[in-house]
Amino acid sequence: MHWPIDLIILSLVIICAIAAISVRDLLGTAILFGAYSFMLCLLWANMGAVDVAFTEASVGAGVSSVLVIGAVFRTTRRTKD
Amino acid sequence: MKYLGLVIVIICGALLLYATQDFPAWGDPSAPVHTHLSPHFITKGLEETGAPNLVTAVLADYRSYDTMFETVVVFCGGIACILLLRTFVQRTRGREYRHIPTGVVLHIQNPEKKLKDTREFELIDNMWVPQDLIIRTVTRLLIPFIQIFALYVVAHGDFSPGGGFQGGVIFGASLILMAISFDLRTALNSISERMLGLLCALGVVIYSGIGLTCIFLGGNFLDYSRLTAILPVDPGHIRALGMLGVEIGVGFTVMAVMVIIYNNIASAGRYKQGL
Repeated sequence: MHWPIDLIILSLVIICAIAAISVRDLLGTAILFGAYSFMLCLLWANMGAVDVAFTEASVGAGVSSVLVIGAVFRTTRRTKD
Repeated sequence: MKYLGLVIVIICGALLLYATQDFPAWGDPSAPVHTHLSPHFITKGLEETGAPNLVTAVLADYRSYDTMFETVVVFCGGIACILLLRTFVQRTRGREYRHIPTGVVLHIQNPEKKLKDTREFELIDNMWVPQDLIIRTVTRLLIPFIQIFALYVVAHGDFSPGGGFQGGVIFGASLILMAISFDLRTALNSISERMLGLLCALGVVIYSGIGLTCIFLGGNFLDYSRLTAILPVDPGHIRALGMLGVEIGVGFTVMAVMVIIYNNIASAGRYKQGL
């Protein structure tokens, strides 16, 4: 379909995923995880699965980021491993 | 330990990749799903269900049983969050009241003593910061529109992308936004903990209640076409209406569970002060 867009978004998904597990600051991880979900949402929309994209945008990029950030504020911001 | 985990992940990943070789190729027109299921849904879906959005027709009608237990899973998630995080131990270190006109804070040691007139005094947390005027005003303007959009998403689930899950999450997000931009106490004044627990269970009750009603009217579980006996709607639209009913149930549960999880995480289970 739109393979250049697919290629760009897929590489951004992989970059976000690797960055999210390698960053030491857990708040940064939460934000990168939100970016990862948003890129996946764009990917679903590009494939024509608008319902899935909608769910990914509201649950993955929206509420779960807030919940993860809330958990980071209540625990610790630095990871130990 | 780290390397052991890596080895397990690589072995599992290799097994999964090996197993995918048995799948039909991506976009293969002779795959079973494209020869039997998809043509039936695409050609017969609209006339059988009366819902123009095929995704909702599959989720809330053809596979309604599946969606019902997804709702139960969300409900169980909320209950598990309450059981894990909620604590009922109150620390009796007194309360802080702030006198609104002057900004003087009173600390009351005796936990039994309460101030009567809450018009001039407000109960505050011991980590209280003044609320920002810009954030408060913008949020107050924004929240009604978010909630109307959420109701639109739920109500138009069978015509356009959306449905109970998305609408419920957006509605819950508007309440979470209120809890973030004001404080947890303001959010709990508008929707209390007891109310959230009730709504969380009410959604599952609505969903399974519609299913049971269909049984009592002589049909199968979740066979919406039987609802014509009690609802004065023409038979072509009754399945779409049944879908709307179960979507509303899903919306209630998802909205309540999202807010419950946020409240428990943000206040560490004490429901006293949020983030």
